[in-house]
Amino acid sequence: MHPAFSVIFLTTLIGAGQGLFLGLFGAEALSLLGVLPPPGSDFLALGSALALAFLVLGLVASFFHLGRPERAWRTATKWRTSWLSREVIVLPAFMGMVFLYGAAHAFGFNPPLGTLAGDIPILPTMVLGAIGALLAIVLYVTTAMIYACIKFLQEWHSPLTVVNYTVLGAANGFTLAAAYAAWAGVPLVPFMATVAIVLTVLGLGTRSASLMRNARIKSKSTLQTAIGVKHPKIQQKSQGFMGGSFNTREFFHHMSAAFLRGMKWIFLLGAFVIPAILLLVVLVTRVDPVNLLIAAFVIQYLGMVAERWFFFAQANHPQNIYYQSVA
Amino acid sequence: MTQLALVIDLNVCVGCHACVTSCKEWNTSGDAGPLVDQNPYDADPTGTFFNRVQSFEVGEYPNTETVHFPKSCLHCEEPPCVPVCPTGASYKRESDGIVLVDYDKCIGCKYCSWACPYGVREVDAERKVMTKCTLCVDRIYNEELPEWDRKPACVRACPTNARLYGDIHDPESVVSKAIREAGGYQLMPEWGTKPANHYLPRRKTQLTIREDEVERADNPLKIDSQLPKPGQDEPSLDDVTSW
Repeated sequence: MHPAFSVIFLTTLIGAGQGLFLGLFGAEALSLLGVLPPPGSDFLALGSALALAFLVLGLVASFFHLGRPERAWRTATKWRTSWLSREVIVLPAFMGMVFLYGAAHAFGFNPPLGTLAGDIPILPTMVLGAIGALLAIVLYVTTAMIYACIKFLQEWHSPLTVVNYTVLGAANGFTLAAAYAAWAGVPLVPFMATVAIVLTVLGLGTRSASLMRNARIKSKSTLQTAIGVKHPKIQQKSQGFMGGSFNTREFFHHMSAAFLRGMKWIFLLGAFVIPAILLLVVLVTRVDPVNLLIAAFVIQYLGMVAERWFFFAQANHPQNIYYQSVA
Repeated sequence: MTQLALVIDLNVCVGCHACVTSCKEWNTSGDAGPLVDQNPYDADPTGTFFNRVQSFEVGEYPNTETVHFPKSCLHCEEPPCVPVCPTGASYKRESDGIVLVDYDKCIGCKYCSWACPYGVREVDAERKVMTKCTLCVDRIYNEELPEWDRKPACVRACPTNARLYGDIHDPESVVSKAIREAGGYQLMPEWGTKPANHYLPRRKTQLTIREDEVERADNPLKIDSQLPKPGQDEPSLDDVTSW
């Protein structure tokens, strides 16, 4: 497939935004249980704004993918059958929750609504945050299912696609949360960085699993099934036209195999290895973490962009069988 | 239920591209809007087409056969491009099974083209919406046209009658008979899309002529004088007898 930068930026930006929100809500929830120091309302409010900024940027990027963005409102109508439609519904719902969660913290609107067993107060921000966290997870699933549900794009048609979108987005978001906590001077850096390392290493495992799976894929469609001639030796002599078409532009990445391999190593290093090392350095040494963590996030984000580019480029659409020879 | 479709006879197609140009001409002139070209007379010409003819070489030299293969939307009975559409612009008609795009609802997200294994949907670069073969829905029901002309433009254009058109759910239709009797098959059956369009395979057309069918074995003159053969101008029994 041809990797479209609109979709690459959409999925990576909202992935980081969702992960950041999960980090903020997780820190608040654990602080109420007394496990973590309280993060403070200002930190959570500004963090929600930061998450929202990533989500808005992703949404803006997605519009560049559309031929007729002015009709985008129509996309919410077919949620019964289309995962794209479901994503289009969940994304604004999640953004709304992030906004409300951040606003509740910014304006200090947090009267206890009641108490749970063990004297844990039910706070409005916790209710909003829990709904938001659930929507963040649902959004990962809907985004990934857009790709995973197409059965003849065999590289994508796997539960690993959903796992990778979730784990990779969350890893990048927690790295962002760690950098933000360090910048804000909130004592949450060890928590955020530890979760980020765990998710990054986990992501390396799940993404490697999908790389290994995809390396062994045997295409179900062949030239024989494509034109229905059973002879083992068939060669295309003409695709029917000499100029390009939508078919030759949309479904081919037009890069060399070496470029693809290079991109694979770039994203393995950029999205996983380098950020994990930087996060580890922050955890075990006493260096000033702000710049290191910002670098870790930026490198990991660029690694995610490379990962997403590779994700699209690696998918081999069966229609390509029909476009193997110009003339 | 009706399922209109094309049946394309690969044994007869000569690869002349008449269906391609006829399709383009009809569909670029219709009410639904033009199929726009970019740089049509320049370097790198490109544009929107609903139908293409491709050519394949089957076998190994010198024992090869050229197969010309027209490809357009197959109007699947289980179209994978329809449920993925987020706006409902991509739909399959209940009444006749034609898969269509509502150009006024399409947002041009290209998702349906990803979900089509055959690559028969094209975004029109100027209209910014997904376009595809309509089975000439504006011809086949067009009461302005005489009844014999209410067929898809590609079918009307084919000089060798390689393209048959009809209802594949009607067992007595010309297309159903062709599928039944000439071994009609579907493309990429592995995906369960159940394409309505079918293809008829190549057939071996052989005519065995024995020598005695060229020269009459019962010709008494030839039996009597085996050698030397009578010359071409010498009278044979054919010239002296009236049958």
